[in-house]
Amino acid sequence: MKQFLIFVKKEWLHIWRDRRTLFILIWMPVVQIILYGFALTNEVKNSNIAIFDQSRDVASLAISDEIAASRYFNLVKNVYSYKDIGATFRQGKIRMAIVFPQNFRNDLLHTNSAQIQLIADASDPNTANTLTNYAQSIINDYQQSLNQNQQLPYTIKAQVRMLYNPELKGAYSFVPGVMALVLMLVCTMMTSIAIVREKEMGTMEVILVSPLKPFRIIIAKAVPYLFVSLVNIITILLLSVYVLGVPIVGSLWLLMAESTLFTITSLSLGILISNGAKTQQSAMFTSMMSLFLPTLLFSGFLFPIENMPMPLQVISNVVPSKWFYIIIKDIMIKGLGFGAVWEETLILVGMTAILLGISIYKFKIRLA
Amino acid sequence: MQPVVVENIVQNYSTKKTVVEALKGISFTVDRGEIFGIIGPDGAGKTSLFRILTTLLLAESGKATVDGFDVVTDYKQIRNRIGYMPGRFSLYQDLSVEENLQFFATIFNTSIQQNYELIKDIYQQIEPFKDRKAGALSGGMKQKLALCCALIHKPSVLFLDEPTTGVDAVSRKEFWEMLHRLKEQQITILVSTAYMDEASLCDRVALIQKGELLSVDTPKNIIGQFKKPLWAIRADEMYKLMNDIAADPAVESCYPFGQYHHVVFKTQEKRRQTLEEIAKGGDHANVEIKPIEPNIEDCFMALMKD
Amino acid sequence: MQSEKVITAHELTKRFGDFVAVNKITFDVEKGEIFGFLGANGAGKTTAMRMLCGLLLPTSGQATVAGFDVYKQNEQIKKNIGYMSQKFSLYEDLTVSENIRFYGGIYGLSDAHIKEKSALLVKQLHLDGQEKTLVRALPLGWKQKLAFSIAIVHDPAIVFLDEPTGGVDPVTRREFWGLIYEASARGITIFVTTHYMDEAEYCNRVSIMVDGRIDALDTPANLMKDYSAASMDEVFLQLARKAVRSGD
Repeated sequence: MKQFLIFVKKEWLHIWRDRRTLFILIWMPVVQIILYGFALTNEVKNSNIAIFDQSRDVASLAISDEIAASRYFNLVKNVYSYKDIGATFRQGKIRMAIVFPQNFRNDLLHTNSAQIQLIADASDPNTANTLTNYAQSIINDYQQSLNQNQQLPYTIKAQVRMLYNPELKGAYSFVPGVMALVLMLVCTMMTSIAIVREKEMGTMEVILVSPLKPFRIIIAKAVPYLFVSLVNIITILLLSVYVLGVPIVGSLWLLMAESTLFTITSLSLGILISNGAKTQQSAMFTSMMSLFLPTLLFSGFLFPIENMPMPLQVISNVVPSKWFYIIIKDIMIKGLGFGAVWEETLILVGMTAILLGISIYKFKIRLA
Repeated sequence: MQPVVVENIVQNYSTKKTVVEALKGISFTVDRGEIFGIIGPDGAGKTSLFRILTTLLLAESGKATVDGFDVVTDYKQIRNRIGYMPGRFSLYQDLSVEENLQFFATIFNTSIQQNYELIKDIYQQIEPFKDRKAGALSGGMKQKLALCCALIHKPSVLFLDEPTTGVDAVSRKEFWEMLHRLKEQQITILVSTAYMDEASLCDRVALIQKGELLSVDTPKNIIGQFKKPLWAIRADEMYKLMNDIAADPAVESCYPFGQYHHVVFKTQEKRRQTLEEIAKGGDHANVEIKPIEPNIEDCFMALMKD
Repeated sequence: MQSEKVITAHELTKRFGDFVAVNKITFDVEKGEIFGFLGANGAGKTTAMRMLCGLLLPTSGQATVAGFDVYKQNEQIKKNIGYMSQKFSLYEDLTVSENIRFYGGIYGLSDAHIKEKSALLVKQLHLDGQEKTLVRALPLGWKQKLAFSIAIVHDPAIVFLDEPTGGVDPVTRREFWGLIYEASARGITIFVTTHYMDEAEYCNRVSIMVDGRIDALDTPANLMKDYSAASMDEVFLQLARKAVRSGD
């Protein structure tokens, strides 16, 4: 028994003396609870919507006010044509548009029924569903209030149209998310490990003392993973199209080009991490903590970003996969072209340039 | 111009609480075509010194040049022209013998064929295994491969950091024979080792301990500077003998050296009689006493004490 | 010295598939002896030692250590031996006294006994004032000496030392051997492997393994006579050169 206890004591000492790991062991659960408890939620609120009111009568305005006042919705724009709606969706500014036909109230009074059209961006089918349900319940409430003192009830029907993903397939939002995740994993983690392994094994010493320029060492490390990633991308796309039934609506070449760009961004991150890490274990750990998890949480494919508290929304802007997710969705699901994604592309290009620049600048040409 | 010049190199590193002086102001030069040995135990500063000279580490202060190039400002030129074999095995375990050699030849802008003559002697011994993964080789074979990879670009100076550590006695001997054959090619060789007996295989040596040079000279001269007469003594009960001798006030040191103990007295007089007395006083049987010439280890130990 | 045998081995063999790592070795070690167990890398030394320490089951043959059978009683063997190797001996992130206390506890010493031993050890190794120093901060030579002392803290019948003096400065090496001599004088049997051939000469008897067999076993003096060699180094080289197997 004594032997057992002394062994336990020894193990305790080991843990206690490794401050860094201890810190993570204690604080990580705290951070997780706070994140999951407060910040990350599937609950939909403050979703951006637009209203196209072709009637502008008492009824339509009353419903519009209710909707705008609701905490689920955030009215960003009043649009004045279907074309406008299309453009606004393409710009990714809204998740749903509400369309009141002309003579809304008149129809209601004279025929006891009217229709409202709800158009939702179903590239994220869950959110789309939730939003249309919320909207419908608000409309129903209004309908109830009208029917209070009526003999013949009024009915307001909501006609729902799911854009981009009429069958509300979960895979539509899932596939782009997985692409971002896989590329991040393969490129960042594997590249950083590959570079650090060289340091750990001692071969880095030998190749530093050679005519080989450090910059070339980095690129040479990254290139194989670039190819592996391309293979991965193609595999994922093939599976998506033929097995999951997710179409590639937009240009395939643009898709590949953007994916390649994101791959390079991830590789640069991997290189940056490897500069600081001394062991493969810490490289892997840093990759997981600082990239894999944020990608999962902040790219927008599991938890819509607009549902997060403001500070987290700001943080999500720094996560490259957030921008990539938007780009992929726009091209693959919404069939949009370069014109729609050039801003996000530029952001990714900027991030890549900065990351590569820092990594190369900070690459250790000496051991210490 | 001398291939390696070291002036007052100081190197520190800090752990959590203290600053350790790894090198406390080292100076020496190496002549062309020499085999220059850096002899000292673990922690003496050998690896730090090598890393500074191969431009992998910056010294706190001091200056060093290799082939006339400064290790700090001209590191690129140095890296193009030296051969380096660091302490532990540092080749690619999952590449074959030939793949490793080809890799190193190529990054030095040359090919195996170009300088084959230079490594032929050594490579021929491992050539039968050229498709075997480097990780599957024995210690001695790995060493030979590492040497080939360091030589393949015909370096002007070769830095070998403890190449014989952990290798069996036979391979060690063969390795030094290979180094001597390389001398004929006018390659300057700096080699570090913790094995004192390897000092006699070098042209000149620097004895290093705790970051300081105890002596820099030919092995012969170092031995020549050992002024005090050295005695070897043995008897049946070696441990008791050692304690008895060490207890005598006239004795400076008594250390076991295999079959004999080596005894140094505090003063220069020859002390056969003193030893005989101690042996008799301790009732020792089968006593044998003789004067001997010191070896490098005797000198190192004496210098360590000063 | 009594000629009580602390190790007996008879045709001890270990096979890994087709590969015979240790090939029918037969030898004895007497109590209080300093026994040098030499051989080139790949000759089978480490495998043989592991069998004797109860860490590896032999394929065939017999052996006893401290009177206990290596097949059936290896728990008892482990209680009665000490072990130290160059690669690992102490926990670097624990202090000197924590290491002593830990190993003492593992070997089943009482608290009082551990305390007494601890004080003795610290004094003997001149580590006064360093009890709370982390082992990683000690110079190599002191680490090795401390590791050895801890390996025998429970006064085992025999202690196995696997290349204990690698890389240490020559003075510390000899101080280490001073500790070994002292332990041997106390009746602890020492079973040591080393690459330093002059250390082989400190041993009472030496065995040299080549290609899994023991090719020589005698006192250093006799071996040097038999092989007409001036030193154990020469004896070793003559034998090792004949080796077919050097890991290739």
